[in-house]
Amino acid sequence: MAVKTDSFTAPTKRRLATFWQPYTRVAMLSWLTGALVAAILEQLVGRPLAFMLGLGKVPVLFGLVIILKAPLLIPGVIVYVLLIYILPIGLIARLTTKLGNKLAAELLRYPMLVSTVVHLVLLYATLQIWGNINDYRNLVLRLTLISVLITLSLNVINGYMGEFSCSHPGFLALGAYGASAVTVSLFVNDNLFGPAVFTGNWGWIIFPFSLILGGIIAAIGSLVVAIPSFRTRGDYLAIISLAFTFIIKSFIENLEFVGGPRGLSSQPDWANLPTVFIWVVVGVWVINNFVRSTMGKALNAVRDDEIAADAMTVNTRRTKMVAFMFSAFWAGVGGGLFAHVLRYVNPSTFGIQKLAEVLAMVYFGGLNSVYGSIVGAVGFNLLSEALRPLEIFKWIIIPVLLILIMIFRPTGLVAFKEFDVHQIIAPKE
Amino acid sequence: MDSFFQNIVNALQWGSFYALIALGYSMVYGILMLFNFAHGDIFMVGAYLGFFVAAGLLSLATMGILAIPNWLVLLLTVLIAMALNSIVGVLVERIGYRPLRDAPRASAAITGLMIGIILETGNLAILGAQRLSFPSLIETQTYTIGGVAVTNKKIMIVAVALFLMLVLHLFITRTKWGMAMRAMAYDFAIIPLMGVPINRIAALTFGLGSALAAAAGVLYGVAYPILDPYMGILIGWKAFVAAILGGRGSILGAAFAGFLLGFIEIFTATIFPSTFRDLIAYSIILVILTFRPHGLFGEAYSARLRL
Repeated sequence: MAVKTDSFTAPTKRRLATFWQPYTRVAMLSWLTGALVAAILEQLVGRPLAFMLGLGKVPVLFGLVIILKAPLLIPGVIVYVLLIYILPIGLIARLTTKLGNKLAAELLRYPMLVSTVVHLVLLYATLQIWGNINDYRNLVLRLTLISVLITLSLNVINGYMGEFSCSHPGFLALGAYGASAVTVSLFVNDNLFGPAVFTGNWGWIIFPFSLILGGIIAAIGSLVVAIPSFRTRGDYLAIISLAFTFIIKSFIENLEFVGGPRGLSSQPDWANLPTVFIWVVVGVWVINNFVRSTMGKALNAVRDDEIAADAMTVNTRRTKMVAFMFSAFWAGVGGGLFAHVLRYVNPSTFGIQKLAEVLAMVYFGGLNSVYGSIVGAVGFNLLSEALRPLEIFKWIIIPVLLILIMIFRPTGLVAFKEFDVHQIIAPKE
Repeated sequence: MDSFFQNIVNALQWGSFYALIALGYSMVYGILMLFNFAHGDIFMVGAYLGFFVAAGLLSLATMGILAIPNWLVLLLTVLIAMALNSIVGVLVERIGYRPLRDAPRASAAITGLMIGIILETGNLAILGAQRLSFPSLIETQTYTIGGVAVTNKKIMIVAVALFLMLVLHLFITRTKWGMAMRAMAYDFAIIPLMGVPINRIAALTFGLGSALAAAAGVLYGVAYPILDPYMGILIGWKAFVAAILGGRGSILGAAFAGFLLGFIEIFTATIFPSTFRDLIAYSIILVILTFRPHGLFGEAYSARLRL
């Protein structure tokens, strides 16, 4: 049996490898340029093309949503994706291979920051233009970006430190409510906090501070979980963190001045795409540096063997405390952004369902890996949007997929892979 | 003072559910060192199975095929639901957990969560969103003993729960299978070499735990006759907390902590406004676990854990 499948797939594999071979030399710069061109192309000719193919309107998420709603449109969607995305990106990547590599090498002569910023600007431009098509796509894009940040922050505890923490919904809630309380009380006329204190356009300066404040509140809250974690780990820590989630939810339900169980709404509309993008990029950058630092290695040491780590002069208490506070801070920032994207939160948003969702993203993508968190968050969100037309059966298919991943790749899809910015932006030949 | 005794009665009833479910968590933990996060939903499935068995038996009785009194219907419902639900538990173990026996424990935890979601959604997809109401099999009679109102249902629930715990205790301490279970909890690696069939013991453990959950489900249906697909989530997680509080793998601890949790919840709800119930109950648990990190009856943290 094994021999048969092997002989069957071997030529196909070889052909694929020869086809893909030139693309392995394409620098990230060329890929991003291709994506940008594709996004512009969609902006220019997407609507008429979609109309010609009988799709009615531009497929929102690469046609993933249409596929299940109207299976007859699949050929049209495939043609659309080929013409708008795959062909232009492939063509440009192929044509600008030499130029892209040369430019990337040229950029690396300056400090690495320059090249990184150039790449990020390209990425941002692509996302902005791509997200301009309609509000739904924009919303999905922002929520996905925030999920990346939240997933990554949970990965610090569950992946890098190897605990099974269930406290993330609590951190998200603290961040969301902390940030919202500031912005709503200062800038919005509402019946909880009374009339706005400030009028005028101060959002750009106050919003970052309110997000950071939410993050700090979450970080302080995380001490409730971090301090017991000195003496215990594994199941008991899981329970303590779970109890923390219950406590925070119940606490906010009893906090009348932020609306109690009715929730807090009418947050100002400040979490637009550029803001979210900047926060997520900064978050990923900081977390990536953190896990690659001595502190990150200390986390791994604590995960692999706490007693040995202690013997090797790792201050395990300090490590655990810093990891929890750091992770909770970014979760709080993510929660604040989340609240301002949806512009409504209530305590039951941050319950067991949210926990299952966040854990699913971390373990789907992969432990101990920034790539994994990106893959997990993006994959999970896209999948969740694509399966939306199935309504209730969505929540059968996603769990089955996750169980299969757990059986065949128990640590997730892209686990234990280092995220090296230099390697990404470097020329490939 | 009357209300104090009244609350004790209520807490005993409420704690019975927690204790029965927590036993399932604790047994599986003792044998396989993993928490079956789908257990709350297995409880829900047990309640639904009980509903269908009871409805079927009642319709047979009205058709005149099976002329049996209602208390016998209830007894049969409990027994049949336990039997059927143990099959569900064995299936869950076979499909969800056995392939992951050597994987990191967090992966098994995720699988358990996902199986729970599948059970909930499957139920919702098959039966629709309407809530079912459990047939009332016995009439409520209220006895007043010294100012404390006790219903026959409450007495029955507590009695059945205690009886099942006694049976479980005898099974584990007095039978050969129980001995095998204890041996496996003692050392997972060596026991297979002694000729103990670990897969069969694991299946047995899941079956027993699920049977207890089904009993809890039917009793829950008798006390609170509204069933919905998400009824198992919160009670399941709370029973999980009880299992940990008792000390992982400790049967006695799980039963005790189940009742303790019932008492904590009922009494915080009487002393403070009822919206504070979860807040205070879990804060107490957090404090207990901070100072007694291995639970009330558990052994201290050891290197034996694989995570």
